[in-house]
Amino acid sequence: MSKGSTIVAEGLRKRYGDLWAVDGVSFTVGEGEFFGILGPNGAGKTTTLEIIEGLREPDEGSVRLFGENPWPRNTKLLPRIGVQLQASSFFEKLTAREQLETFASLYGVSSAKALDMLELVGLTDKADTRENKLSGGQRQRLSIACALAHDPDIVFLDEPTAALDPQARRNLWDVLRAIKDRGKTIVYTTHYLDEAEILCDRTAIMDKGRILAMDAPATLVRGLDAPTHVMIERGVIPLEEAKTLAGVEEASDDEVSLRLSTRNPAKLLSTLAERGALEGLQVRGATLEDVFLELTGREYRA
Amino acid sequence: MTAFKSLSVAMFKGFFRERVALFFTFLMPLMFLVIFGLIFGGGSSNKTKIDVVGDGPVLTALGSTGIVDFQRVDSFDKAVQAVRNGDVPAAISVQGNEVQLRYAASDTVQAATVQAVVGSVIDHVNLAASGKPPAVKLKSQQVEDSSLTAIQYLTPGILSWGLATSAIFGSALTLVNWRKKQVLRRIRLAPVGTSTVISSRLLVTIGTSVLQAILFVAVAMTPVFGLKLAGQWWLALPLLVLGSLSFFSIGVLVGAIAKSEEAATGITNVIVLPMAFLSGTFFPLQNAPQWLQTVSEALPLRHLNDGMVDVLVRGKGIEALATPAAVLIGFTVVVGFAASRVFSWEDS
Repeated sequence: MSKGSTIVAEGLRKRYGDLWAVDGVSFTVGEGEFFGILGPNGAGKTTTLEIIEGLREPDEGSVRLFGENPWPRNTKLLPRIGVQLQASSFFEKLTAREQLETFASLYGVSSAKALDMLELVGLTDKADTRENKLSGGQRQRLSIACALAHDPDIVFLDEPTAALDPQARRNLWDVLRAIKDRGKTIVYTTHYLDEAEILCDRTAIMDKGRILAMDAPATLVRGLDAPTHVMIERGVIPLEEAKTLAGVEEASDDEVSLRLSTRNPAKLLSTLAERGALEGLQVRGATLEDVFLELTGREYRA
Repeated sequence: MTAFKSLSVAMFKGFFRERVALFFTFLMPLMFLVIFGLIFGGGSSNKTKIDVVGDGPVLTALGSTGIVDFQRVDSFDKAVQAVRNGDVPAAISVQGNEVQLRYAASDTVQAATVQAVVGSVIDHVNLAASGKPPAVKLKSQQVEDSSLTAIQYLTPGILSWGLATSAIFGSALTLVNWRKKQVLRRIRLAPVGTSTVISSRLLVTIGTSVLQAILFVAVAMTPVFGLKLAGQWWLALPLLVLGSLSFFSIGVLVGAIAKSEEAATGITNVIVLPMAFLSGTFFPLQNAPQWLQTVSEALPLRHLNDGMVDVLVRGKGIEALATPAAVLIGFTVVVGFAASRVFSWEDS
């Protein structure tokens, strides 16, 4: 347990009926870190987050947030934490600016700083638009801004990019990076593995209430003796034949491509080149998906 | 701005930017006031209309009682047919000294009225014709009684009803809606106390009630309806606050129990609609059966209504607020306590 860690969670367990939603979760988060909790739906990410935020009491285990217990409602901690809940909880019919002003004043903070947040999330030109007229991506950005309205030290984001189209997701990544640049600690959950790889300093991979691995994404991936994925256009080589190619460990196909896994990419690529079967070639190294597969024996299905 | 002020402002804006809410709170009760005011506003019960054939001093005397309106027809058979058809309650034919009266058996009150009036007029004419002095002298004089004109009971009635309905709906729906959208949860994550949230919603409720009062009374005072406010009408303001408080607490209880907006709306309607009819809102309860009046005494709306009528129209003073205040405060305490036991910030 490192001294001065922003979050120290030890042995957290939480049960709903017979199901242990959180089953022995421990981790620490340092100041200024971008920490991601990663896993498929139902892994227990949201419940873990709620326990750290002080919204739920753990059945077992302990949490220290800035050295204090967040449960039951700890009014000393509240001004230092910002939370974006999964639902878009806005005051009905209020404009973006009015939302921020209201949230800021709940903390006794002047709204000038709050409007600065509008700029941070890129919604300045929507300042006077009512919340019910904003698009999905804009609403997500606004709720992040509302979580930051009172300038907290740490911000908790629960699946901020869920239900967004790819462009909106990428826009949000820029926002998250900008928040990190301001020195805030970010704890965030997601089921998008590619995002976690790109954004997080460290991630914890969660499944069925437990943390399976926790480290910097690159380190997790490097630690695997993972195969390289080679993809070519479907139909160039029939699937059954592809399985017999030299160096191929696994082969599968979908509507678009034929996917070959190999630990000897050089050999496989030269074989394919000889046969002139390089249409639509993509080569991909191991990713967190492979880490997940390795850890759980299951393919990652969010 | 403090948390209290900004939450109140946020709630106000949310309410006033919602056209449906504005309609149900201001326009709909106003429509009831106007429509009922126009329908029933024609003074107390209208004159009885009867068909008449012929002429004579009896008819003149009958006309001057001010109770009956004449509709002249050319033949007595036509008049009797009209009675049979139910167009008029009675028909009368005057030919010299002979008076024929035909009345409908169905409307006993009107028939009795007509018979009595005609009989009395004829007796007078006979007495005058006989030249004898009357054996019994009758002295009669009008007394100010406690019955009210339509606009006088409609205005406080509809104001009380409108206030109660929007107070309960407003607080119930805000709570359910905010709980479902996790706004309550989000607020809970800020260093804001429960009392701040509750009291800002209460402020919005009271503010809405005051606006309703101003609007309805202003319309009722226009020449069309001609309401005149009694001496200590400003006593309605503290009564308004107490009423808002009482119905606000009912709304909080409903909001704590209901799991969805539909449920909240349903429960509120079940509470408000029967209560409106049983509390003297749309018609005075003086003529209602005794058991109904007793049930009515248990309802806070009945007492709010009574209090409003007393201070707005009957000219009573602060002593008229004693019972309503006691009932409304009592309700607030009991219901508020129940609500605080059931209330939760989150759904799960």
